[in-house]
Amino acid sequence: MTTKMFGDPIPRVEDERLLRGQGQYLDDLGNDALEVAIVRSPHAHARIVDIDVDPALDVDGLVAIYTWDDLDGPLAEPLPLLIPHPTLTHSRTPYALAKDEVNHVGEAVAMVVATDRYVAEDAASRIRVTYDPLPPVVGIAAARAATDLVHRDVPGNRAARMRQSNGDADAAIEAAPHRISLDLDIERSASTPLEGRGVLARWDTESSRLRIWSSTQTSTGLRAAIAARLELSLGQVDVLTPDVGGGFGVKIVHPWPEEVLVAMAARALGRPVKFTEDRREHFIAAAHERAQQHHVEAGYDDEGRLLGLSVRFWHDNGAYTPYGLIVPIITSTQLLGPYKPGAYTVEFESLYTNTVLVTPYRGAGRPQGAYVMERTLDAIAAELGLDRTAVREANFIQPDEMPYDHGLIFQDGKPLRYDSGDFPASLEKLKKLVGWDEFEAFRDQARAEGRRVGIGIGCYVEGTGVGPYEGGHVHIETTGKVKVATGLTSQGQGHQTVFAQIVADELGVPIEDVEVVTGDTRRFPYAVGTFASRAAVMSGSAIALAARRARAKALRIAAEALEASEDDLEIVDGIVQVRGAPDSRIALGTVAVLSNPLRYAFDEASKAATQFAVGDPTKPPVPEGDEPGLEGRDYYSPNQSTFANGMHAAIVETDPDTAEVRILRYCVVHDCGPMINPRIVEGQIHGGVGQGVGGALYERMAYDEYGQLLNASFMDFLMPYVTEVPEQIEIDHLETPSPLNPLGIKGLGEAGIIPSSAVFASAIEDAEGIPIRSMPISPSELFELRRRHGTDAERTETGST
Amino acid sequence: MAEPTHAIRLHVNGVAYDLDVPARRLLSDALRHDLELTGTHVGCEHGVCGACTVLLDGEPVRSCLTLAVSVDGQEVTTVEGLAADDGELGPVQQAFKDCHGLQCGFCTPGFLTTITAGLRDNPDPTRDEAREMIAGNLCRCTGYQNIVASVLRAAELSATAERDAFAGQTGGSRQKRHAQRERGGNDGGGTP
Repeated sequence: MTTKMFGDPIPRVEDERLLRGQGQYLDDLGNDALEVAIVRSPHAHARIVDIDVDPALDVDGLVAIYTWDDLDGPLAEPLPLLIPHPTLTHSRTPYALAKDEVNHVGEAVAMVVATDRYVAEDAASRIRVTYDPLPPVVGIAAARAATDLVHRDVPGNRAARMRQSNGDADAAIEAAPHRISLDLDIERSASTPLEGRGVLARWDTESSRLRIWSSTQTSTGLRAAIAARLELSLGQVDVLTPDVGGGFGVKIVHPWPEEVLVAMAARALGRPVKFTEDRREHFIAAAHERAQQHHVEAGYDDEGRLLGLSVRFWHDNGAYTPYGLIVPIITSTQLLGPYKPGAYTVEFESLYTNTVLVTPYRGAGRPQGAYVMERTLDAIAAELGLDRTAVREANFIQPDEMPYDHGLIFQDGKPLRYDSGDFPASLEKLKKLVGWDEFEAFRDQARAEGRRVGIGIGCYVEGTGVGPYEGGHVHIETTGKVKVATGLTSQGQGHQTVFAQIVADELGVPIEDVEVVTGDTRRFPYAVGTFASRAAVMSGSAIALAARRARAKALRIAAEALEASEDDLEIVDGIVQVRGAPDSRIALGTVAVLSNPLRYAFDEASKAATQFAVGDPTKPPVPEGDEPGLEGRDYYSPNQSTFANGMHAAIVETDPDTAEVRILRYCVVHDCGPMINPRIVEGQIHGGVGQGVGGALYERMAYDEYGQLLNASFMDFLMPYVTEVPEQIEIDHLETPSPLNPLGIKGLGEAGIIPSSAVFASAIEDAEGIPIRSMPISPSELFELRRRHGTDAERTETGST
Repeated sequence: MAEPTHAIRLHVNGVAYDLDVPARRLLSDALRHDLELTGTHVGCEHGVCGACTVLLDGEPVRSCLTLAVSVDGQEVTTVEGLAADDGELGPVQQAFKDCHGLQCGFCTPGFLTTITAGLRDNPDPTRDEAREMIAGNLCRCTGYQNIVASVLRAAELSATAERDAFAGQTGGSRQKRHAQRERGGNDGGGTP
């Protein structure tokens, strides 16, 4: 057998190109294209009185200016609501260019097309837009108060109210021996990939076809959306995903206004047109996430076991709801983590504010959910004087209870039913890794040196690999090379490597012979996209199934050629051979030749497949039910998500004077099932933890009361440098396979970020002895908490910050 | 009216280019769009992320904060110039490959140039010094763990290459040129 690739931490096949500067990111393409600058609203909320483009018209190099008045047909309609939901009763989506009103700073008002970006910006700066400002609604408190409305026809600023329950939580809480209530807040952060959004469009006048390159997380979704807006048939539109400089969720939204507008302009002008987002635009015109306020009521027994849990929360969805209710639905379900909550009720309101719209950012509602649940368990442990891990153990779903059904509906409309996991084993590993039981000795020692340290823990379960489906196509060429395609896109996850590992194993070919293409609708037109930690589970499974089909066909044809039984054949290093009789062999490339009966020869190999050379003259060259070519195509469409899980622990030191937080240790136990490439798994965890540190300790969107984003730059939005992340991230794995897919794998892309706010709140609280109820927490906020804690004698455990 | 332009000569990765550029043309744009050397990336356009870092006469600079006209006649090294003349990956590039030091790859060119200069100044960094070396560049994918590992690995590879270069006297490799330059100290000038 060829060396097994699944599980091997091989270096990535992507890297060589990227390291030489030969990557092809969006702005590396289309050097001949016209370029776009967008005139954006400087107001959070205003009526547009007038747009005067005249001063821009004499700018040398200007090609076109568009406002809403220049759009027609579907282009003039609001952009689509991508994920409708019955409870989303008041969905509002933006126009590609604002019509009459703007609802956040950064909303697109006009588009300038010019010979280059410098000129486009010159012209954009000369366009005079007259606004009549309206009162802005900024922050959840203002949205709830609803003194002012974001959309005149949306009462209470409420886009949706949704409730789910399993059992009578209120009665269970009422009857419980102990009760607790908590208010828990979390602020905005954002995906913030190093490459912003970008799109390039070419209209081919001769063939009436549109080709789009976009820095997107879904090429097929964008293709369908563009075709609908431009009233083209799907067959006239190709979408190609170039190298994408990070996504983290924000690039799943489609179509962005700029994607529609650039495509429209390319067709109208008959010239390629490109939009490359700059950093400030990314802050004010892409998407944010995370901001929610939560109120928790819990009833529990003497061991800290939950008997009833009732959660209400308010979700800030920004100015529009193009991505539906996915984020709050995920919070409301994934909040439960590895625990049995007793009776459970959750209700949320999704609220409009005059700020950038909110769509999933890595973790997508789970960081908030884990934060709420873990804070609650920590508070219960504190009330009962129990070890925090003991309270978690008391609430764990046990391995023999799998599959475990929470009796709720998950974000994919399917049951929230865990397929696998061994939470007690994971916790055992984590306690050992971080030295949980030895921590008090360390604390004493630190205290003796005048230092303040704390340990924190956070657990989560992550529904990964949501449907509806992905597909894979595996084509064995006559050269023996294997070309693989799947429709979802890549943003640095290493898909080309891990998918090649899967195919190399399934087919028995050297990995060097496997080439993977993602996100090109010409190669694979049926796909959903890359989000929700789904690529490995969905496309990995589909590609494995497709490879098995190709293999089965190869064995069938080879058996005929070798006059052997299929059952006796194996494929080793790309050669089909009879087991135990390796002289009886045929190369896969030759099998590919035989699979495609030819009339015309074009080289030496193909001579072997022409009509006078092969086949039974009494039968059709391609038998009924068969197809020419050595290919396999298949799809993976699961009934429900797979559920990965993990637990993190951190040891922090807080500076007694400055209240700075230093991370001394960061430990991760993670269960994504069998790992295709452990090196890539660890890289994903590292990245998630790094982003999690940002979200817990540094990053926030500093909106002022007027809806101006005050920190819309990398100078002021404090994304972690190496100096802010843990010096070492210690990782241990548990690999409990999922029964739901052919490879037993579970997703991991988002995992590392999910418990961060929970872990750091827990650790800082442990170090300081002050309840932490609002995240992220900055040194000045901790300093202020200390001051208040020192003076406020009536502070209670339930006090909100 | 047409924007006035200025004639400049840039020496990029050892090749001289004559350009006519407006005074406001950023070096990053001149490299990317006039010379089509798109390996240099732009992540923030305000000098914070470091993705656009190139070496100007050997010193790392933010090309997004540098006007092309201001570096007329100077030597620029971009990521495209980091491989050896025979096409082999340079030691920093190889280290990133060995250590999974990149994911999406967008910030990577800025790290590679920064570390190339950093290791020239400090060929044998401690772990802390390795962190310090990359502390001015942002990465959103890796959590920096494997980039720190890559710095240390690159130092090892460079040391090995240097030893080989001295032992074998096989001329022409970029590692050797770097080694010689290092012995000569950091003169901050040095168009070859």
